[in-house]
Amino acid sequence: MIDSTPRAPGSKGVLADTLEQDAPLGSVQTVGEALLENPSVSCRDVAVHYGDKQALFDINLDMGTNEVLALIGPSGCGKTTFLRCINRMNDTIQGCRVSGTIKIDDEEINHADADVVSLRSRVGMVFQKPNPFPKSIYDNIAYGPRIHALTASNEELDQIVEDSLKRAGLWKEVADRLQAPGTGLSGGQQQRLCIARAIAVNPDVILMDEPCSALDPIATARIEELIDELRENFTIAIVTHSMQQAARVSQRTAYFHMGSLVEVGSTDQIFTNPRQRLTEDYITGRFG
Amino acid sequence: MNKASHVSRVGRSPSRLNQRRFRAERRFRRLGLLGVVLALASVVFLLGTIFSSGYSAFWRLQFAVDIQFDPALMKITERPTAEELQEVHYLALFRKNLERAYPEVKKRSERRKLAQMFSESAPDVLRELVLADPTLVGETRRVWVLASSSADMIAKGNAPRDIEEKRRVLTDQQLAWLDQWEEEGLARNRFNTRFFTSGPSRSPELAGLAGAIVGSALTLLVTLIISFPVGVAAAVYLEEYAPKNRISEIIEVNINNLAAVPSIIFGLLGLAVLLNFFGLPRGTPLVGGIVLSLMTLPTIIIASRAALKAVPPSIRDGALAMGASPMQTVFHHVLPLAMPGMLTGTIIGLAQALGETAPLLMIGMFAFVADIPSGVVDQASALPVQIYLWAESSERGYVELTAAGIMVILIFLVLMNLLAVFLRKKFERRW
Repeated sequence: MIDSTPRAPGSKGVLADTLEQDAPLGSVQTVGEALLENPSVSCRDVAVHYGDKQALFDINLDMGTNEVLALIGPSGCGKTTFLRCINRMNDTIQGCRVSGTIKIDDEEINHADADVVSLRSRVGMVFQKPNPFPKSIYDNIAYGPRIHALTASNEELDQIVEDSLKRAGLWKEVADRLQAPGTGLSGGQQQRLCIARAIAVNPDVILMDEPCSALDPIATARIEELIDELRENFTIAIVTHSMQQAARVSQRTAYFHMGSLVEVGSTDQIFTNPRQRLTEDYITGRFG
Repeated sequence: MNKASHVSRVGRSPSRLNQRRFRAERRFRRLGLLGVVLALASVVFLLGTIFSSGYSAFWRLQFAVDIQFDPALMKITERPTAEELQEVHYLALFRKNLERAYPEVKKRSERRKLAQMFSESAPDVLRELVLADPTLVGETRRVWVLASSSADMIAKGNAPRDIEEKRRVLTDQQLAWLDQWEEEGLARNRFNTRFFTSGPSRSPELAGLAGAIVGSALTLLVTLIISFPVGVAAAVYLEEYAPKNRISEIIEVNINNLAAVPSIIFGLLGLAVLLNFFGLPRGTPLVGGIVLSLMTLPTIIIASRAALKAVPPSIRDGALAMGASPMQTVFHHVLPLAMPGMLTGTIIGLAQALGETAPLLMIGMFAFVADIPSGVVDQASALPVQIYLWAESSERGYVELTAAGIMVILIFLVLMNLLAVFLRKKFERRW
């Protein structure tokens, strides 16, 4: 079972043995092209502590415009923690400290004075479990534009709702029942509703935390197609436990292990010719 | 399964083992059923007792008297002013008419016994009639007057009739009158509207719950106004904002402890702080409401926190990730989902407060207040206090009133609980 709450490293098992033999916590050097020119999101020396435990060690990683970056790695390796640094969702976890610099379009967001509300209007997030608000489909989409005062009139809002639903590929299915509760949709539809909700405020970046782990294969395929379409307009980072999914939807892949970024590279290269043994072990299914 | 336990079973027949297990199962089920039956039986017994001794209070015996509104008896002119009518000695008018109607009653003591068959409100009835319709002056009318509590009790069978005269509430003579009037159609039973329209009285047949109901309503209003916002705000802070550390743990433990503090302690607090230190007016719904809200707060906070805890964290995450501020998250998403639970908790808390007597006694809400309170700083009584005062009274006429008062408070409690259920059903949203 996949746990959505970020977990501190140090859990026992095969993994711990492997790491202890190979490298002590946090001493792993990243291999591959972690840094880009003109990145959309750039992270430097990002470290995360939960209380006394360190969950992420000095992550240096860029996300390019209009690309899908897949974050893979065994449970508890820090993928989700890293993802939640980018829209500061880690702020909501008590005892969690994030250090280092995170820039979105050259604007530093990881300091106390940064405006979290406007940051989150630029960085949307889709969660592991579909979590539509217990409101109508319309209100689910309209919520973001409303609180950020993006529209001047109801017609404009109607338009945004329609556009967002169309871009999320949900319009045809729900056009005639916009006032029905969003929670009444099927799981896959709910997840696409959540994606529509996220893109309604027209963010720059969309973070997806295992968006398909609660869905059946058909709904998963639908979401994967959608991610590919959305790539034209948004920078997307996706955490996934499915190697196939990472291979299908992403252009770049980052492999995390025990809180360290082990290897980054083009998805083709990572899956065909990994440079680190840890990466190879993981994608070939030797552990994880 | 290890070998040893396997071997030890071989000696016993599996069917006997099963029988024993089935027997134990049946025994266990019967015990549970017995508990349910006992609980239900005691509730039925309680309600039955209260109902059987209280329902008669909703009816009152009335006697008819032919009253001649004789200007000479009333000592007024043919065309009196309203003021003059107000000043008339109606008790004398009533007595004189009784003498006229029962000329055979001659002795002074007997006349008094006759007058005692009627409630002391009889003159007031005459006054109201005349003031409402001044043309009555000079006419003769049959007027229905409340019977005295003693006559009422004998007629309803609430007081024993077939015992020696000395111990009976009516004399032989009075009993004879009662029977005679019942035979002649001069006695009737009518719904006791006074019970719901008037305040307490020294005469059981005139006493009502209106003052206590209004007093309780005002007290609960103050309680609601104070405890609901404060309780919800405290719960939201503790659940959504407060860091989870030692201090918040201590606060949590103490709120739970506060819910278990005997209510009279809150009464003492009110007496010492609100009355003696702040000098708030004694025995008023304002002070009663403040004391009861202190008592209700822990209940509301605990229920509200439970309701907030039940809101899935994914809803909060979704709202925060959309860029809602923590306050927007609470007001747009968390509170609407938690509101049914909070309302239920509040109503349960208020229902507890409605039945609370001890703290109100401590802050002086037991005075005999004949007037119906018109505001939160008027001296007032409250339902449970009124019931307590009636129960304590030595006069037998208050027994049925006590039971009837309990019926009224039970009805209010049931209504409040129904309201809680209704609100929960209406505002409940699924996710």
